[in-house]
Amino acid sequence: LTEAQEAKQRSRPSTSPRAQVPALRFLLRMLLPSRWSRDAGDVQEFQRYRRIWRYVVALTLFVSLTPLVVMTELNHFMYRRALASESRYDVARALSNVSRSLEFVIQERMSALRLLVEERGVEELRSSEKLAVTLRNLKQSFGGFVDLGLIGPNGVQDHYAGPYNLQGNRYEDQEWFREVAVRGVYVSDVFMGHRQLPHFVIAVRRDAADGSFVVLRATVDMELLTSLVFVPDLGPSDDVFVVSRDGVLQTPSRHHGGLLEPCTVPIPPLSPGIERIEGFREKGLSFDLGYRSIARTPFVLIVLKSNPIASGPWQRTRTELLTILVVSTVLIGLVVLWSSTYMVRQIRVADLRRTEMLHRMEFTAKMATIGRLAASVAHEINNPLAIINEKAGLLKDLVQRTPGHPHGEKSLKSLDSIIRSVERCGNVTHRLLGFTRSMESTTESIDLPELLREVLGFTGKEAVHRNITVETRFAPGAPPVQANRGQLQQVFLNVINNAFAAVEHGGKVDLIVESPRPSRVRVTIRDDGVGIPEDKLPYVFEPFFSMKGKFGTGLGLSITYDLVQKMGGRIDISSKLGEGTAVTVELPASASHRGDA
Amino acid sequence: MNEIRVLLIDDEEELVATLEERLGMRGIRAETATTVEQALERVRQVSFDVVVVDLKMPGLDGTEIVDRIRERHPRTGVLLITGHGSGHGELEQVTHRGYRILLKPFAFDRLVELIREAAQGGEAER
Repeated sequence: LTEAQEAKQRSRPSTSPRAQVPALRFLLRMLLPSRWSRDAGDVQEFQRYRRIWRYVVALTLFVSLTPLVVMTELNHFMYRRALASESRYDVARALSNVSRSLEFVIQERMSALRLLVEERGVEELRSSEKLAVTLRNLKQSFGGFVDLGLIGPNGVQDHYAGPYNLQGNRYEDQEWFREVAVRGVYVSDVFMGHRQLPHFVIAVRRDAADGSFVVLRATVDMELLTSLVFVPDLGPSDDVFVVSRDGVLQTPSRHHGGLLEPCTVPIPPLSPGIERIEGFREKGLSFDLGYRSIARTPFVLIVLKSNPIASGPWQRTRTELLTILVVSTVLIGLVVLWSSTYMVRQIRVADLRRTEMLHRMEFTAKMATIGRLAASVAHEINNPLAIINEKAGLLKDLVQRTPGHPHGEKSLKSLDSIIRSVERCGNVTHRLLGFTRSMESTTESIDLPELLREVLGFTGKEAVHRNITVETRFAPGAPPVQANRGQLQQVFLNVINNAFAAVEHGGKVDLIVESPRPSRVRVTIRDDGVGIPEDKLPYVFEPFFSMKGKFGTGLGLSITYDLVQKMGGRIDISSKLGEGTAVTVELPASASHRGDA
Repeated sequence: MNEIRVLLIDDEEELVATLEERLGMRGIRAETATTVEQALERVRQVSFDVVVVDLKMPGLDGTEIVDRIRERHPRTGVLLITGHGSGHGELEQVTHRGYRILLKPFAFDRLVELIREAAQGGEAER
């Protein structure tokens, strides 16, 4: 009982207010099996189909969604990896292109200075006029040079050519001078020159034969390098710039500080190659960060490229992927639900059909058994009944022939009662015998409308007495049936008598003959009488069921059923309490007519 | 009108005896036979106006007895009785191979009526 209640409660949500919208209700019915609970009746049966349904839905969903999810996830992963490697490649390419240009430009100037001191000799440069000519030549052929100075081993700038008067400047205490004295070549950090323009210095040492040396020092306009620090198609938050090894910006950056300001990006320990930081986060953005130190200079090139995985395009792609996944999941879900529901519904219909067929077969077998049993019982009873009947009759004769019998009247009454009772028993046994009687019956081709008119002839009086309207509708061209006339009369007499018994005074009975298929003839007998309660309907063809109270034997319809079955036909009944009953008898058309169509 | 002579053939002795007595009260001279042999023996000796035969006799089918009797006395009226019923309930099948059938238990008056009818039919032919 609790199970039944549970099932009821479970089935209830589907009939909630939502389901009152017809379209939604229709959709729910297409997709969910909840409606079965109503007509299933049997809770266990309902749960069985529910279980099959769940199993099918789960399995199909699993089988169809798993590849989808796996593919989407794989796609996602591959795309992400491709994006990441593309971004890495972009950074690497930018780093190597720009750093190569910078190295080349610086190296070119360094070589030019070295060539000057090596080829021309120091003596050639030891005059400010000559230095000025050289500077002009350098400017013309290389560009970027601002001034040129020759410094002796004591750190004093002996000669100078350039826009300022720097002759005689002393550099012996400066770091760069010591460095170039030791290493032979030096490139400085950027500094603001006298004109407030960024410059850097390239210095080369020239050793003299006597062990002393001079240093050729050139100031180069930083603009030369700045113009090279450029990467095409940079994103809005991307950046490329040069810093010194101690983190001072050597070129202006877009987002990380101006010239000569400390850089906001950390600088890792540097190696000659490319250094990389992935997923560097700044101001809520994620970047791929690449470093490359420029050979023989204090410069470090930095490229910042916003991480595509954390940024807009990737997020959009992800959203698209997710949307596709969700939409296809929903679609697949709907299709799976629909097909599972359809399939389980079909299974249920097939089951119901099979059960109905089994019931029918069982019923037929039961009928045959009951029939045989009834026949033998009836036969055994008929003989004793006949004896009782005749003995009682004899007594009656004797009493009647004995005038002044002391109990004459009473005895006669009793004997009549016995005889009437025997008659009643006889009626029952005769009908029981009729049930499976197989006295060889000859069949003939019978025109149903004609036969029905005959049968109506038997019952015509009752119809007139009770003012019952009998309406006949006989389709022209309905084929005849091959049957035994008496049996067929019996069939329709039973059904029509039932119809008459069911209607009120002034009721109406319809007789319809039609041919649904060329090989079948269908007779419908419909009344507007009391009808049969739904719970009784399944039993009307069983022997001893009667709606007529003590007036019926309960054998009429069961005999009818049996006869119709034997004729290869079928009989169906439908009824509504208070509205009437319709009995349909369908019979095979006579064989000679079947080929005609 | 002559007295009608009837032979009642049925293995139920009580039944035929009672019928014999009752028919006698109504001026019908009946005799009984409870076996096939007895019946055929009586028929050899006497020509009956009507024979009332149970369709199911031990040893021989009722219709065969009738055939044998009719061989000898073609004008004898025949009435069949049976406890097996005709099989058609209310639509009492009144004939079997042209003979009248009465279903047991039957109304005695109906039997008398049919015997007279059969006897008359025989006489008319005669």
